[in-house]
Amino acid sequence: MDTENNIKTLIIKKPLKLDCGKVIKNFPIAYETYGSLNSKKDNAILVFHALTGDQFVTGINPITKKDGWWSYAVGPDKAIDTNKYFVICSNVLGGCMGSYGPSHKDPDNQNIFGTNFPVITINDMVNAQYNLLDHFGIDKLFSIAGGSMGGMQVLQFISNFPEKSKTVIPIATTSSHSAQNIAFNELGRQAITADSDWNDGNYNKKNSNPGKGLAVARMAAHITYLSKKGLQEKFGRKLQEREDLKFGFDADFQIESYLRYQGSVFVDRFDANSYLYITRAMDYFDLAKQFKGNLSDAFLNTKAKFFIISFTSDWLYPTQENKDIVIALNSIGADVGFVEIKSDKGHDSFLLDVPDFLNALKNFIDKSYIENKI
Amino acid sequence: MKNEFKVIADLIEQDKKVLDVGCADGVLMKFLKENKNANIRGLEISKNKVQECIAKGLTVIEGNAEKDLKQFPDKSFDYVVLSQTLQAFLNPELVLDELLRVGKKAIVTIPNFGYWKVRFHLLFKGTMPVTKTLPDEWYNTPNLHMCTIKDFFNFVRAKDIKIFKSLALNDLNTSLINSSNLGSKNLFADLGIFLIEK
Repeated sequence: MDTENNIKTLIIKKPLKLDCGKVIKNFPIAYETYGSLNSKKDNAILVFHALTGDQFVTGINPITKKDGWWSYAVGPDKAIDTNKYFVICSNVLGGCMGSYGPSHKDPDNQNIFGTNFPVITINDMVNAQYNLLDHFGIDKLFSIAGGSMGGMQVLQFISNFPEKSKTVIPIATTSSHSAQNIAFNELGRQAITADSDWNDGNYNKKNSNPGKGLAVARMAAHITYLSKKGLQEKFGRKLQEREDLKFGFDADFQIESYLRYQGSVFVDRFDANSYLYITRAMDYFDLAKQFKGNLSDAFLNTKAKFFIISFTSDWLYPTQENKDIVIALNSIGADVGFVEIKSDKGHDSFLLDVPDFLNALKNFIDKSYIENKI
Repeated sequence: MKNEFKVIADLIEQDKKVLDVGCADGVLMKFLKENKNANIRGLEISKNKVQECIAKGLTVIEGNAEKDLKQFPDKSFDYVVLSQTLQAFLNPELVLDELLRVGKKAIVTIPNFGYWKVRFHLLFKGTMPVTKTLPDEWYNTPNLHMCTIKDFFNFVRAKDIKIFKSLALNDLNTSLINSSNLGSKNLFADLGIFLIEK
């Protein structure tokens, strides 16, 4: 696999002080762009990916050879129209698609970091990504958008850099990771670290991979991305290529087979230590806490126009948690719109073909862009 | 645009911050934005209507006025508009109080149950009135608390709410309501428009 040549990286020379206190410098941020930056440089949209996403937003991902994670929403004539807008997305700090992460070597001793990589936060991620604006010479983004953990980065970005985006689109997200979500993440981390091949994070040295643990983590997480109704309609109690129950522990049901498949393909493309680091960053995310418990204060200095979107069947980042952000913005008179999209597809709705969502997203972006021109 | 909206728009000066509660498909919002340079927000309960507003490039929040007005700070809008919806709330008094808390001024319009056609309908037909402004049947109407212009007039006065302007609408005719003509306006107007403040 020609991995190296397909990944664009920006080396951040400037030291970045992380929330954990450590300082990193000369580190890579991997990114991809779509569309072209116009001469006024006013059509750039910075997209942030979720837990297991990467910089390959749309088109064919050159590494996995599958469609980019947001192909339904981003591309020519799509909601985020790459004929009009210049879309930038980078792999998060701690990730495993080229950005500085636990599978990189520690410059101090040339050993692979593993769990010696510093614990990173959502704040660290956006501070690292901010360097992309300088790289492209963009003074102000037209928009920032992202769902789930991408939405957390959107919120953190506009809080850190209040004048750097005209519009702000957090989708199916939260301003503070809930106990339930921390619990699910912990379940995933425990599955990984319980795998004997994890070797305290040093699996690279031993040429092993905690694939079983990582697959279980993915299976558990995958359930949380769907809705009960969606699962029931898609799988029900349908059996997997068999006439009747086999009275054993093979995958009798289609849902079992489906989850096993999801787990196995995930292992091929994702690093177990990155999974630990990124889920930790999500758990640590509490934007209100950064402002002494007052979420509104996170947005006091921005004049950006917000558009927040949630989904009826999303029980991982439910409507109320998205509405809490709307409420915080309204209480300071910010410009905020909100819509809850009806969908049975659970948290994953933002990644899927949900026309009401894609239409709302397109209308908001296109109308805001035109308005901005006048 | 319907006459009611033209009358409402005439009550709002240029460059004001306006909240349209129950903004529906955003026709009034769009007009105020384009013609009065209003900094305008909408609150709307219907998902389809919210989508129509977004398609018009309007800032709208999907929500329920009975629960979601409380997130707005006191006097955070110059005007809060509520068009023909007060009677549909479970607790209209609470909503009215919220409108007057959030808005420096509120513009409330009510379909007049005292309109002569409504009275005649009930008197002679003996069935629940169905008119242009009250198009639904008794079994599917969203209206829970119908009132007359006189009822509303007396209600806001009893609550010490200041009435800046009250207007009676009948098709394209608009006229002022005052204490002396209240009885006749209550009979001949099918819609009342009130500019109020607390």
